[in-house]
Amino acid sequence: MAKKEYAFYPGCSSQLKASASNYLTSVNSMCKTLDVKLTEIPDWNCCSASIGYCEGGELPRLAINARNFAQAETHLPGQDIVATCAACWLSARETKDRLDGSAQLMKETNEALAAAGLHYNAEVEIRHMVEVLIEDFGYEELKKSMKKSLEGIKFAGYVGCQTNRPFGISGESFENPLYLDKLVETFGGEALTKYDQKVACCGGALAFSEPEKSQKQIRDIVESAYDHGAEMIVTPCPLCQANVEVYQSEINKKQGTKFNMPVLYYSQLMTVAYGGSMKDAGLDGQLIRAEKLEKITAK
Amino acid sequence: MATNLQTPAPYHNNFLREVEERVEEGEWVKMCMQCGVCAGSCPFGPHWEHSPQKIFMMIRAGKREEVLTSDAMWMCTSCYNCVVRCPRQLPITHIMHGLASYAHRLGLVPKGQPTHEFATMFWNNLAKKGRVNELKLTLALYFKDGLVAGIKTVVLAKRLNPMEIFGGHAIKDLKGFQAIIAKAREIEDKKQGLTG
Repeated sequence: MAKKEYAFYPGCSSQLKASASNYLTSVNSMCKTLDVKLTEIPDWNCCSASIGYCEGGELPRLAINARNFAQAETHLPGQDIVATCAACWLSARETKDRLDGSAQLMKETNEALAAAGLHYNAEVEIRHMVEVLIEDFGYEELKKSMKKSLEGIKFAGYVGCQTNRPFGISGESFENPLYLDKLVETFGGEALTKYDQKVACCGGALAFSEPEKSQKQIRDIVESAYDHGAEMIVTPCPLCQANVEVYQSEINKKQGTKFNMPVLYYSQLMTVAYGGSMKDAGLDGQLIRAEKLEKITAK
Repeated sequence: MATNLQTPAPYHNNFLREVEERVEEGEWVKMCMQCGVCAGSCPFGPHWEHSPQKIFMMIRAGKREEVLTSDAMWMCTSCYNCVVRCPRQLPITHIMHGLASYAHRLGLVPKGQPTHEFATMFWNNLAKKGRVNELKLTLALYFKDGLVAGIKTVVLAKRLNPMEIFGGHAIKDLKGFQAIIAKAREIEDKKQGLTG
């Protein structure tokens, strides 16, 4: 029997064969080491992300999130729902908050769910993987399984928006959350103490629709990491990861910069520290290779 | 989904009340004290035709058409900076989403607004299979003028499986999923005065 069990909500980008599949790969490796059992919520659906607001309105958005809750309650009773994606976590948390706070919305949501023979009983807890790591394990406990140190690598902890606001991780500040830096240091890496773009926005979904405005944000995020001596950026959010990694070459082309900064997930760092292979950590899925981490896996 | 062009006549001369009753989190608008922290905290702030602070004042001044046809709400990246900094704790992000969505339902969004188009495309993509098909979403963007940067994401094909184009991820109870959306939409339309 696994030490800890959770109802897992991987989300569209982190499922297999999707853009953040390396996030999923590394989370699975990390959880194996930590003896965590993640069981996918049966037949889970998209959370609609933030950008779903336009066509989705309020109630349809709440209802599709509540569908996942109802599925988890029925098939994985008593297990907290754990999301790895920032947007999935946020949409689910928001839905839970809003339904808990309004008997009217709860009634209407259940009316909608009844169309598929489902019912939500308001019994679920929604958590992010980072919360599981920090709250259910803690830095000291996480360190116990460390096999290799990340010594000698400087990381810019790019927290971004949606795991930080409006809910954030308990005990952290919105303006300067420290958990990513602490995770980096736990595994022997060096965290930038003065990274001024730590909680800046990468443009989110507007990287598609407003590319120039978003690329200005992304340029600042990467430039500041370089300015403070970082060799890699680490983030908890799949959209931050994709935007900040993918658009570097485009910014180089348009603006003459020479960005080539790897952007990793915390779970990839941890998998490497836990002695995982390049493949276990999903490092083979990076567009900008994290060579220093690859070297550690080969040691 | 067909766009409903009818304007809700009973509230025409009282836009604040219309927003309070029909826009997501609209009942908070009257709480704004016009400090401007939201305007200064927004990553896309310089690009807004009207900052959230101005939008709130315009609502209270009854400027229905100027607000609902504004390009402003579509600049929201959902970063929630304004929400956590607002001294009155207004859910500004949601009010912006709510106004944008309401303008969309009324068919008042400026033509060709890129975020409006992407947002609609995103929802339609997820509603079709219950999960987002990233490849189709990206390709749809690629073939749209002015959104060519979307092609960059195709590079992700290394992680993204090209076979997704032939179906891809889908949920099993698609019928139930779509029935939930339809029912929720029906209830919400009634609340917003968009039916009957």
